[in-house]
Amino acid sequence: MSSIVKKIAIVPCSGIGKPYGTVSRIAAYQVTEDDRPEQTKLVPLALLVMGDEEYGRIIAESPAITIDGCPQCCATKMVQQCGGTVIRECSVLGTARSHRELKPQGIAELNEDGEKLANALAQEIDTVIDACTASGNGGGHA
Amino acid sequence: MPELPRKKVGIIACSGEELPEGTITRLAALKVLHQMSPEDTVTICLPLFLAGGEGDRNFARFYPTIALDGCEKQCAFRGTKKYSNRPAAAIVVTDLIAQSGLEQPHGCRKLDSAGMMVVELVAQEVASMVGELLKKGGGGIAWGKPRPIIPKWPGRAAIGDISSWETVRTWIFQLRPMHRVMQVY
Repeated sequence: MSSIVKKIAIVPCSGIGKPYGTVSRIAAYQVTEDDRPEQTKLVPLALLVMGDEEYGRIIAESPAITIDGCPQCCATKMVQQCGGTVIRECSVLGTARSHRELKPQGIAELNEDGEKLANALAQEIDTVIDACTASGNGGGHA
Repeated sequence: MPELPRKKVGIIACSGEELPEGTITRLAALKVLHQMSPEDTVTICLPLFLAGGEGDRNFARFYPTIALDGCEKQCAFRGTKKYSNRPAAAIVVTDLIAQSGLEQPHGCRKLDSAGMMVVELVAQEVASMVGELLKKGGGGIAWGKPRPIIPKWPGRAAIGDISSWETVRTWIFQLRPMHRVMQVY
C-alpha cells in the first residue's frame, strides 16, 4: 500500500488587529518549521484568496488545519470558499480559554504569555497532525 | 455644529507568512500605527477584509488607504481594489529593497537586522505618505484639493537594463493611484 499522502496545509489568519492574530501566526510557524516540517505546509491566506495557483492546488488536494485569531473565523471561511477541506478549525480564543492564566500582549512582538499560548496551540495542532498521519489522512510526504 | 469624524489613513499589510518581506509589511504597518502616526492611521485586517468585513471595506471605500505588499503578487493592493476601492498609494517591499540597494532580509518568523532596516525604511515611507494624504492642517472631512504624492524618479542612471525598466514601471505604477486620489477627492 502506498504511503504517499499529501502534506497538511496549515493556514493561520495572521490578523493584525489583536495579539491573537500574531499567536495564530507564531503557532503556524512553530508547527511548520519546528515541530512537523515534513508533514505540513504553511499556506498564506491572502495569497490563496487572491487566486495563487500553487497554493490553490495545495488547498484543493490536501487536508487543511486553519488557525483563527477571532470569532470571525476568516481563515476557515476562506479555505472552505476556496474549495479546501478543513479537517480541524483551531481557534486561538479556544486555546486561550483553556489557559486563562496566560495574558497575551503585543502584536508586532508577543510577550512571554503570548509565546506560551502559541506554543500550547502548536502542540494541539501537532496532536491533530499525528492523529491524521496515523490514520493515513495526510501528513506524509507529498 | 456636528462633530465630523477624524480623517485617517488605512494601512493594509499583506502579512505574507512565506516571505520575510511579508513580515516586513506587518511590522512596518504596526510601527506606523503604534509609534509614528498613531493619531492619523488605522490598520485594516486583510483576512477580515477579504472574508467580507463590511466595516473595513466601507472604510477603504471612503478613506484613503496605503497597500503594503511583500512581493510583486500584490495581494493587499489587488484585494483592496477588488473588494472596495483602489488604494491611494502602494509599496512593494521587494521593489523597494531592489531600488534602495539594501541587503536582502532573512527570517519570516524573526527578521534579521537587514530585515529590521527595511522595516524602518518602509515605515518612514508610509508615514511620509500618510502626511501627504492627510494634508496636515487642511482639516475637515471634505478633503479639499489634494496634492498628489510624487514618488522619487529613479534617475537617468537607472535606465539602461531590464531591471531598471522595472523600476521605471514601478514609478509609473505608483503615479496611477495618485490619479485616483485626485479623482475621488
